[in-house]
Amino acid sequence: MSVAAPVHAPEAQAPPVRSGRVVRLGRVSGVVRWRDLAVPLVALIALVLVSAVSMGRGDFPIGVVDVLRTLAGLGEGPQEFIVLELRAPRVVVGVLVGLALGMAGALFQTFARNPLASPDTLGITTGASAGAVAAIVLSGGTSAGAVLGGLGIPLAALLGALTTGFLLFLLTWRAGIDGYRLVLVGIALWAMGTALTDWLLTNAEIYDAASAYVWITGSLNARTWDDALPLALALVVLLPAALATSRLLAVLQFGDDTARGLGVRLAPTQTAVVLLAVGLVAFAVSAAGPIAFVSLIVPQIAVRLTGGARPPLLASGLLGALLVVGADLVTRTVLPEALPVGILTAAIGAPYLLWLLVRGRRRFT
Amino acid sequence: MATTVDVPARDAARTPARPLRARRLGTLLLLLALVGAAALASIAVGTRSIGLGDVWGSLLDSALTTDDAVVVRQLRVPRTALGLMVGLALGLAGALMQGHTRNPLGDPGLLGVTAGASLAVVLAISLLGLTSPAGYVWFAFAGALAGTVLVYAIGSAGRGGATPLTLALAGAALSALMYALVRAILVSDQQTLDSFRFWVVGSLAGRGADVAWQVAPFIAVGVVLALVNAPALNLLGLGEDVARGLGQRIWLARAVGLAAITLLAGAATAACGPIAFVGLVVPHVVRALTGPDHRWLLPGSALLGAALLLAADVIGRIVARPAELQVGIVLALIGAPFFIALVRRRKAAGL
Repeated sequence: MSVAAPVHAPEAQAPPVRSGRVVRLGRVSGVVRWRDLAVPLVALIALVLVSAVSMGRGDFPIGVVDVLRTLAGLGEGPQEFIVLELRAPRVVVGVLVGLALGMAGALFQTFARNPLASPDTLGITTGASAGAVAAIVLSGGTSAGAVLGGLGIPLAALLGALTTGFLLFLLTWRAGIDGYRLVLVGIALWAMGTALTDWLLTNAEIYDAASAYVWITGSLNARTWDDALPLALALVVLLPAALATSRLLAVLQFGDDTARGLGVRLAPTQTAVVLLAVGLVAFAVSAAGPIAFVSLIVPQIAVRLTGGARPPLLASGLLGALLVVGADLVTRTVLPEALPVGILTAAIGAPYLLWLLVRGRRRFT
Repeated sequence: MATTVDVPARDAARTPARPLRARRLGTLLLLLALVGAAALASIAVGTRSIGLGDVWGSLLDSALTTDDAVVVRQLRVPRTALGLMVGLALGLAGALMQGHTRNPLGDPGLLGVTAGASLAVVLAISLLGLTSPAGYVWFAFAGALAGTVLVYAIGSAGRGGATPLTLALAGAALSALMYALVRAILVSDQQTLDSFRFWVVGSLAGRGADVAWQVAPFIAVGVVLALVNAPALNLLGLGEDVARGLGQRIWLARAVGLAAITLLAGAATAACGPIAFVGLVVPHVVRALTGPDHRWLLPGSALLGAALLLAADVIGRIVARPAELQVGIVLALIGAPFFIALVRRRKAAGL
């Protein structure tokens, strides 16, 4: 099933195994690879800097140092208001959405052992799109549409994503979740979500269709703390839980039988991984729309930077956040007209992945 | 090595060669019958109710010039022919694509076909002011070709050449990039969005005989290349190293396969707009029936693709009378639940 080269590559062609430093602390021991630490660290530093720059840009420019001082609680007067009330929400939503999408992509790709598996290709974001577009397009017409419209777009998107996610989970479940079946069911759900969205778009007034299209692309425009709060609360629960599955995921990589042999309880682990990923995507999408391709591209970039065997969770999340915030900064400063951030994430992320591909020497996942 | 129990070998031991072959042949014949039935239904059923006798009469007697006869001959027959070709092409391209990328998520669009065609169509609408499906055909086709060539060039540029993984990832990344351009145009240009949204759902409506004739030669060449590619694809399925050891020229097999995918999916997308469902789903269904041997899988996918597309088109004409539901939408909304049921009932055959 896997796209990868045959699992047992001939010795002559096998890439040299990258050795790490073995660390022992009493009875605990493990291998520490410097790139596994360096990549997230560099990404985090870059993220803080880019966020600060982004909060400083606008009609009233503020220096990076002042922004950082304000964030630390040392700001005064108008600067504090501008940074904390006007600009911070947008950047914070961007950071959280990027974190969630990057990590969800890494979870799906690792779990399905397929680099193309992502919330985009498995239908979860298309479910959110269908929900949101229905809320936008139908709100004037039918009674069902009025109910949806009354929910508001974020809630409709959240409902769409969660519904699709649970369907994906339930329809795949048969005494456990097979990665291959997950992908096949995901294809079907993706097709249905896309068809529903396209159908709604063709039947809508062109004005509704246009605003729905912007939403589908993913945008950070006019985000407030009200948008950030639900997402932040969700991530407080979901992020640590997702990171906690990291070791189990590593074992799942070896295949179900091996994982069982190593003492992993398969069914609960699989349930946890899929539902965590669904939750991350759903809240991210409801806050900013399905910002395109972050969850597909970023984990593949992360795995190439860390040089591991599978997309690293934390690095994927941080790079995702960096990509979203960076793309948003570019749309607001460099471009003549403010394009939705979803366009720029692909325009920046995709060429970088292509460059890594062309340069790449190893075959991953 | 007692541990290396080969799954296909075990299957072969359980079912002798003859019944398997008979079952595969039976499957193909059944699919052929389905295509025939769907084609007949597509000619007989439409917004205008025409009796079966009149349909038959107008097919046989080309001198007949009643309204009914004109509708049948000028509208329904070309549309059926186009649906037949496009379904065939998409099913075949999907099976080839999944074979070459060895990924169940591999649909022809992944090779840059859909994204390239979309970009070209959007540019044609926004820069040249085209608005008719027939006008898009050559732009869409050129875009599809350019997209694939670009994906293949970048996918094979790294060390190790075009592996299934680099192809799939290069395709995904380049598609992302091209869609970004499409979206950049569409969010700022409402008029273009207004035309584009009807193209992108995928439909057989409004495409006359001229469109069918335009794409027919490309699909014909693509079908030949695809069928020629089948034995090589079986070898590639064993892994590139084994295939090379057995005397297969890898680059040749890949080039033939990718050329076939480009021609088939490019022509289909040019004619009808992007219809992703057929290429993605049909090969999985057929693989469950015929097994992974591409010499059976490819013809089977072609036939099921054609039958499915025609059937969906007919349903689309009936459910929303007097309006029509586009074939791409019907396919996904009705086809996807069936597909899920199938996936759950059977243990899906791996690639």
